[in-house]
Amino acid sequence: MRPSLATPEFTIERDEDKCIQCQVCVRQCAFDVHTYDEEEDKVCSDDAKCNACQRCVVLCPTDALSVKMNPVTFRPNANWTPEVIKNIYKQAEASGVLLASMGNPKDYPIFWDHMLLDACQVTNPSIDPLREPMELRTFVGRKPDSLEVSKKNGNVKLETKIAPQLTLEIPVLFSAMSYGAISYNTCLSLARASKQSGTFYNTGEGGLHKDLHKYGANTIVQVASGRFGVDNKYLNAAAAVEIKIGQGAKPGIGGHLPGEKVSGEISETRMIPIGTDALSPAPHHDIYSIEDLRQLIYALKEATRYEKPVGVKIAAVHNAAAIASGIVRAGADFVVLDGLRGGTGAAPTVIRDNVGIPIELALAVVDQRLREEGIRNQASVLVAGGIRNSADIIKAIALGADAVYIGTAALVAMGCHVCQKCYTGKCNWGIATQDPKLSKRLNPDIATDRLTNLLKAWGLEMKEMLGAMGINAIESLRGNRLRLRGIGLSDTDLRILGIKPAGEGM
Amino acid sequence: MKKIYVKEEVCIGCRLCEINCIVEHSKSKDIIKAFKKEIPRPVARVVVEEEGPLSFAVQCRHCDEPPCLEACMGGALSKDPRTGAVVHDKDKCVGCWMCIMVCPYGAIMRAKDGKKIASKCDLCPDREKPACVDGCPNEALVFEER
Repeated sequence: MRPSLATPEFTIERDEDKCIQCQVCVRQCAFDVHTYDEEEDKVCSDDAKCNACQRCVVLCPTDALSVKMNPVTFRPNANWTPEVIKNIYKQAEASGVLLASMGNPKDYPIFWDHMLLDACQVTNPSIDPLREPMELRTFVGRKPDSLEVSKKNGNVKLETKIAPQLTLEIPVLFSAMSYGAISYNTCLSLARASKQSGTFYNTGEGGLHKDLHKYGANTIVQVASGRFGVDNKYLNAAAAVEIKIGQGAKPGIGGHLPGEKVSGEISETRMIPIGTDALSPAPHHDIYSIEDLRQLIYALKEATRYEKPVGVKIAAVHNAAAIASGIVRAGADFVVLDGLRGGTGAAPTVIRDNVGIPIELALAVVDQRLREEGIRNQASVLVAGGIRNSADIIKAIALGADAVYIGTAALVAMGCHVCQKCYTGKCNWGIATQDPKLSKRLNPDIATDRLTNLLKAWGLEMKEMLGAMGINAIESLRGNRLRLRGIGLSDTDLRILGIKPAGEGM
Repeated sequence: MKKIYVKEEVCIGCRLCEINCIVEHSKSKDIIKAFKKEIPRPVARVVVEEEGPLSFAVQCRHCDEPPCLEACMGGALSKDPRTGAVVHDKDKCVGCWMCIMVCPYGAIMRAKDGKKIASKCDLCPDREKPACVDGCPNEALVFEER
């Protein structure tokens, strides 16, 4: 056999003084890293198979295991890094497209970390969120240009008919992740957590499992290029419909759920035969223009009797602002922007790592463009792709977002260790897998609690930040870029973000 | 009475329940000492049954009408009138293993430490929750009244 030239990325250290040969690691690793040698009464590990998912480390009852970066190194070279060299080895050994999962891990600037928030001092009072009411409630959908009210016998009545809205108790939704990319238990946990937290999860392109229809009031269903699982029942089961044009991790690229993952349940949910590849075309073959998009938006509005918001999701690409403007003019009630660091179950590595623009910049230019054109009120703007914590959310809202989608953060809350091997279908944490033995590992009761806890914690933190800024409703921060300052940014970055540099006053 | 119940739909087959049971019934109650120093070490009184993706932990069900009680000629097995637990008296056990033969759940084991007697789940009388329940990483075991 020709040996692989790609040396292992990680190395497993087993403290023999602590290892009791209980073989929990052997039983837990789906990548078959650990094996038990009965003759020697010893557990051995194969470093080459390890993806540093930490499952064995967390479950080892004696803390005998640790996973480290493999010290085996190449001669240092800024151009020919170990990653570059190993990728060439891999492709030279087995020709093909390198696959990757989750969001772009490259060291591109993270603009959230170059923005600072304002706070009140002396002349404008800050608010203590523990003593005074704070409003995080957010409405997603088309807002009227103006409001007409009538007065009759002293009673004020709203005359303007308000378009359908989604009511979010916290401006955070769970990103589109399909049943197929993630396990049933993961979908169930997201649905249950959405219901408990007063927000929404998104089905992705995986259809809506029959048992999850009862969470419809907290579900956004996606209509993507493959149209999997889409029928009248699906559209009307949900609170909103989202047309997916693009995904941040793989702009311009379709989807491919391999046939081996299309089990009975997935086949039923996606409405495709068992064992067939679920191929989502790169474009929607019936959408080649904004006019075509308008037709689909209105077809979906007709199908849902104009009772549900219909949105459009695009990847953040160079011309995002003009595209978003077209989407709003086509009649979308919300626009979703998925940035450079958005996640995926599987994408070509070269696409994930090199295509798109950071969400911070896309959000700034889209919000700006929609304002300039006087159509910002016509659609909510949701952003996705690499939102990591409550500060990112507050900054996104100050930059102009109505709400954010979290995908990876939600998975991490459920146990994901960002090992980026979703595409193998062997997720040791029971998240990105259809193997019944692995998907049992995600206990929906535990995962729902963890998701709910995360949102609650972020809600508290967001209220603290709002209070410090003297704001008692998130609505008052929306698009308020004066409360942001850039640090370590070029003049061009500041101009695009529409914010002043730190140190400059009002 | 409070009993141990299994949620087989989230049992991950890691067998940490078996390990925690061994530690709880060891002399030292220290996991590393129990496994490395205590030879022969106590047997686990809970066993994970596994076939394909299905797995679940089985330990004494503390039956309302336990067949083991009737089969025990030495009178070593009895039902605690207060808790309802099926308890095993080591000193009275003669190691005939009739209880092992009649237990429909296969929940009684042969002890390997000390005398050749039976060994079964005692619901960890020194703990608030049995060790297997406490240590289950996926909450697949619960200790509750039903």
